[in-house]
Amino acid sequence: MKYLHLIWAALFRRKTRTVFTLLSVLAAFLLFGMLDAVRTAFTAPPSAAGVSRLFVGSRVSIIQSLPQSLLPQIQALPGVDEVTYANWFGGYYQDPKNVNVMFQIAIGPQYLDMHPEFVLPPAQRKAFDETRAGAVIGDTAARALGIKVGDRIPIRGSIFTNKDSGETTWTFDIVGIFKAAEEKQRGFENQLLFRWDYFDEGRAFGEGTVGWYIVRVSDPGESEKVAAAIDALSANSDHETSSQTEQAANLAFMKQIGDIGLIVGAIMAAVFFTLILLTGNTMAQAVRERIPELAVLKTLGFTNRSVLGLVLAESVLLVVLGGAIGLALAQVMLPGLNAASGGRVNFPPIGASTWLLGLALMVGIGLVVGVLPALRGMRLRIVDALAGR
Amino acid sequence: MTAQVEIRNVSKVYERGNQKLEVLHSIDLDVEQQDFIALMGPSGSGKTTLLNLIGGLDSPTAGTLTVSGQRIDNLGESALARWRAATVGFIFQFYNLLPMLSAQKNVELPLLLTRLSAAQRRRNAAIALELVGLSDRASHKPTELSGGQQQRVAIARAIVSDPALLVCDEPTGDLDRHSAEEVLTLLQQLNRQHGKTIIMVTHDPKAAEYASHVVHLDKGTLVEQVERQA
Ligand SMILES: Nc1ncnc2c1ncn2[C@@H]1O[C@H](COP(=O)(O)OP(=O)(O)OP(=O)(O)O)[C@@H](O)[C@H]1O
Ligand SMILES: [Mg+2]
Repeated sequence: MKYLHLIWAALFRRKTRTVFTLLSVLAAFLLFGMLDAVRTAFTAPPSAAGVSRLFVGSRVSIIQSLPQSLLPQIQALPGVDEVTYANWFGGYYQDPKNVNVMFQIAIGPQYLDMHPEFVLPPAQRKAFDETRAGAVIGDTAARALGIKVGDRIPIRGSIFTNKDSGETTWTFDIVGIFKAAEEKQRGFENQLLFRWDYFDEGRAFGEGTVGWYIVRVSDPGESEKVAAAIDALSANSDHETSSQTEQAANLAFMKQIGDIGLIVGAIMAAVFFTLILLTGNTMAQAVRERIPELAVLKTLGFTNRSVLGLVLAESVLLVVLGGAIGLALAQVMLPGLNAASGGRVNFPPIGASTWLLGLALMVGIGLVVGVLPALRGMRLRIVDALAGR
Repeated sequence: MTAQVEIRNVSKVYERGNQKLEVLHSIDLDVEQQDFIALMGPSGSGKTTLLNLIGGLDSPTAGTLTVSGQRIDNLGESALARWRAATVGFIFQFYNLLPMLSAQKNVELPLLLTRLSAAQRRRNAAIALELVGLSDRASHKPTELSGGQQQRVAIARAIVSDPALLVCDEPTGDLDRHSAEEVLTLLQQLNRQHGKTIIMVTHDPKAAEYASHVVHLDKGTLVEQVERQA
């Protein structure tokens, strides 16, 4: 540590050059932070619940509704543990711009029980069960829109007219705010969930239909069989269904967008390769200029090994400094990006594992970049360097 | 009493490709403790080469070198580095201060290699700067100092860890007459009052007058040893 001022002074011997190098390291690790968030968001493993839950939607189109008469039939199938249903509402709060900040879904009675990933305080859960116009909202959406428990909020729908008011505006009592059970499920927090009875009795059309069913199977190993049995119920009707585990649905989605992990990895490899060339050049130049100074240090009694250590420490410090600022910047920018996108993207915050990986990369790149100049400093012959040879 | 520096039959050969250049030929020289030697001679005669050998910056091709009772011609790199830190102070023509560090921090440099605490390092460096009369410039960077002042900072750095031997390669070569006299007076004071053994390379006969002996080197051989009554 007593050498830190020496390393620091060497680093900022040429301020402009060092600042530019720091900026490029910063940019690289800012990108690293962002891309790692993208990778995490897209490759989050499905929840345990996702394996035992089937999503039952219309085979024709996701906007096509299904008859409510299917409910008892599905419930009666062997291997089916619990069934609920839901419907898309498609409205916005206050401003049409908010349409993607908060999605509204009318949910059947068992919905919350079947989705343990929505964490709601028991008192709020009780209030939801006791309030007909009650709704619970995800933490992210609540923050973004400034909605609090106890608020009575109007949602302007785009599809469903309310029978009582004759308008498409529905009023909800916010009785609870839920959080995602895990950091990587934060994407769920942009929803407002409200009661099916309030929705079904209030809507001017569409009675007797649901948007989709959610089915919990008693044995995840049987889910394929149960899915086939459900789809068989409506085979050759005008409302054929398509059933999949949520995990399968997720996997299919991920296949569509390609191997994000691979793409991100390739981009980062290119970025870091460029960074190594650039920073390596800077370090080589910096050490070349300082050969006489390193010779002086050796004259004073610094060993070859300590000169090697000083130069390596300098290059590691350079990369860690720029990299840490870059990653910290990514950390503060991601929530802003989420907010600015109006909920269209929901990147998970940069976690400890990203920081660890990032720091390991910084130290590694610092060492790679510093090794040749450090060896050069180590090997220099004092008498030659002092004589400018 | 043994000499501070004992040079026996020392030769130095530089090899460039398959060319061999013998720069020093079988040098024998003793420098007594608390002596102040001026090493003179034409350019290219090998003065710097000899001084570097005495200071342990390079090793001889043949012969033995004993400084402060320690054979140094056969020491390895890191042992030699430790020996230099403990035994020798270096003063160069172009001062060789680190440009990014203040005078104070430059003087503290050799102390980083000791076990002294930060406070002790600061205090010792302050004392050394006081001795060279630059206490008021402690926070200045080298570029904010005159040549003479920079050389005095370099002297403070050379003495801060209290070595017995000072080697100086043309310490006044880059200075005007007035600054040169200041530096030479300072060296003389270090020799007489603080008992430092000094070996100084110089081209300037006036500078050599500050020494108690003058040694002449010509084409790698010692030619005469002039006793001077200082
Ligand atoms: N590393 C080296 N490789 C090859 N030749 C060298 C090397 N170092 C010194 N020499 C040669 O050795 C001779 C003596 O050099 P040295 O620097 O000791 O002379 P000097 O007496 O100090 O001269 P000056 O008064 O100009 O400083 C010169 O001819 C020089 O070119
Ligand atoms: Mg010379």
